[in-house]
Amino acid sequence: MTDVTFSERHESSIREYRRMAATFRRSSSAMFGLVIVLVFLLMALIGPWIAPFPEDALGAVHLDNKLQPPSAAHWFGTDEVGLDIFSRVLIGARVSLQIGLIVTGVAMLIGVPLGMLAGMSGGWMRETIMRVTDIFLSIPGLILAIAIVGALGPGIINAMIALSLVWWPGYVRLVEAKTLSLRNETYVDAARALGAPMHRILFVHILPNCLSPIVVKASMDMGMAILGAASLGFLGLGAQPPYPEWGAMISIGRNYMPDWWWYSFFPGLAIYLTVLGFNLLGDGLRDVLDPRQRS
Amino acid sequence: MLKLIYRRLLMMVVMLLGLLAIMFVVANVAPGDPARLAAGPDATRDMVETIRVERGLDKPLPQRFVIYLGSVVTGDLGTSIHTGRAVLHDLAIYFPATLELVLFSIGLAIVLGIPLGVIAAVNHNQLADHIIRIFAVSGVAMPMFWLGLMLQWYLALELNWFPLGGQLDLMSDPPTRITGMLTVDALLTGNFAIFLGAVAHLFLPALSLSFPALASIIRVNRAEMLETLNRDYITNARAQGIGPLRIVAAYALKNALLPTLAMIGLRFGWMLGGTVLVEGVFDWPGVGLYAAKAAISSDFEPIMAVTLVLGASFMLANLLIDLTYAALDPRVRAQV
Repeated sequence: MTDVTFSERHESSIREYRRMAATFRRSSSAMFGLVIVLVFLLMALIGPWIAPFPEDALGAVHLDNKLQPPSAAHWFGTDEVGLDIFSRVLIGARVSLQIGLIVTGVAMLIGVPLGMLAGMSGGWMRETIMRVTDIFLSIPGLILAIAIVGALGPGIINAMIALSLVWWPGYVRLVEAKTLSLRNETYVDAARALGAPMHRILFVHILPNCLSPIVVKASMDMGMAILGAASLGFLGLGAQPPYPEWGAMISIGRNYMPDWWWYSFFPGLAIYLTVLGFNLLGDGLRDVLDPRQRS
Repeated sequence: MLKLIYRRLLMMVVMLLGLLAIMFVVANVAPGDPARLAAGPDATRDMVETIRVERGLDKPLPQRFVIYLGSVVTGDLGTSIHTGRAVLHDLAIYFPATLELVLFSIGLAIVLGIPLGVIAAVNHNQLADHIIRIFAVSGVAMPMFWLGLMLQWYLALELNWFPLGGQLDLMSDPPTRITGMLTVDALLTGNFAIFLGAVAHLFLPALSLSFPALASIIRVNRAEMLETLNRDYITNARAQGIGPLRIVAAYALKNALLPTLAMIGLRFGWMLGGTVLVEGVFDWPGVGLYAAKAAISSDFEPIMAVTLVLGASFMLANLLIDLTYAALDPRVRAQV
């Protein structure tokens, strides 16, 4: 038995992953989404090193160079203080990735345990968690986020706090429904009969089986959280200029429409492509991981 | 049925109470001193303390919440710092404009979305289907405020097809205020020229606002149509020699519409939220713009009120959708 190789031991799961990868590759929109997301991640990782004018990301001033149209030196033109918009959009990817990861991560950290707890426990605990969730979902998320930022004061940290606070209820609903359908499975009963403690049942038996829908939702939410943060930035409630956040750039750039259109055009295009990429990736992942969820 | 409506309305009141409680806690655990904010930047410490006592801000949180609820019930939503008027008065002015915008956007999304979904499904996996699907996928990813800016730039500034923003041309007199919705008021007073002007002003903001909803309606409608068109009763109708147009319109679409309806209810909330973004771009005098301005200046009473009003609108819309659902689908009706 000792000379069983890795590929032999994991043969069935390797076959399963191969099948998933093949399904994913067959979908051109999923591959397109993956490519966009990879480009975005690359931009976020090495943006500051490949940007032609990295010092332009934060508050440099080159007034002699202001509001130049797109050119060979400045691909996306320059803004009202002469900053290179291409560099700022490039470095803005890192800002957006951070926001997306933090908001989605915090939402999952709050939502997933609460959802499992609600699904497993039943009774007043479940009622309380689900009713609070309902209240949060009873109002458009953006409005609630704006209200929270209004209370906390504008700024990128507060915008992330606000978005995280309105984002978790979606995970509670998702995970609660999934847990409810899993809690009476035979293997969960068996674990319980063997005297497994609650946390073992939750994290070893329930959670791994909830992962697929969570991953799919998280992929979609990355895009939507980035869009949400850009929206707050556009309203002047999120990142504050000259911070290179795409929404905040558009909110200043709109004052320079239409003669200096490039100022708000390119950051908007970046938001659009990024959100589109995460949506397409999420769609593709759903088809692979969770085919029954397809709408 | 009546019992259901009654139960749902009661539930709605409880939910709104919960919403207010959450907002109230958020507002009060936040750093920042409302008494100092109300007193203004030059106030002395004594003046701030006087205002704190005057407004009851020195009392414990639960007691203040009860006092706040009491004033909300009597219609006193407080005063806006940035407009200097009673919040209720502001809402009465701004809410009809937002409602008009959202209703027009939903209408636009339905009128464009359902036929596009049908066309895509009927031409499954052909060119038209692919184009419509790309359109539908991009719609959800599109930042509304950016789309609005771009539409404004191209269709209003370059081509001059639509006005730039606002509700009416500066030169035209608004009709007598009846509902507060300009298009409706213009029609009610029989002023057709004003009506056309108001619709022209509505079009671009409504289009920007409707885009994500339009995309979802197309997606759901297409998927449902595809499923319905494969059902046995459709094959049966085909075998009986019923024409393709009649099959789509009278047989398939009717069943595909129900899930689409549910989607419209869901997107209504998104649209209410989206007004905050779109109204600013088009200078549309609604609660969205009002809320954005209030949030910037940490003007909390209007923010609470807007949350309350938009939350209530969203819940009411969902109730209406559920009732329509029950009225249209006998299977749902039986469960009620």
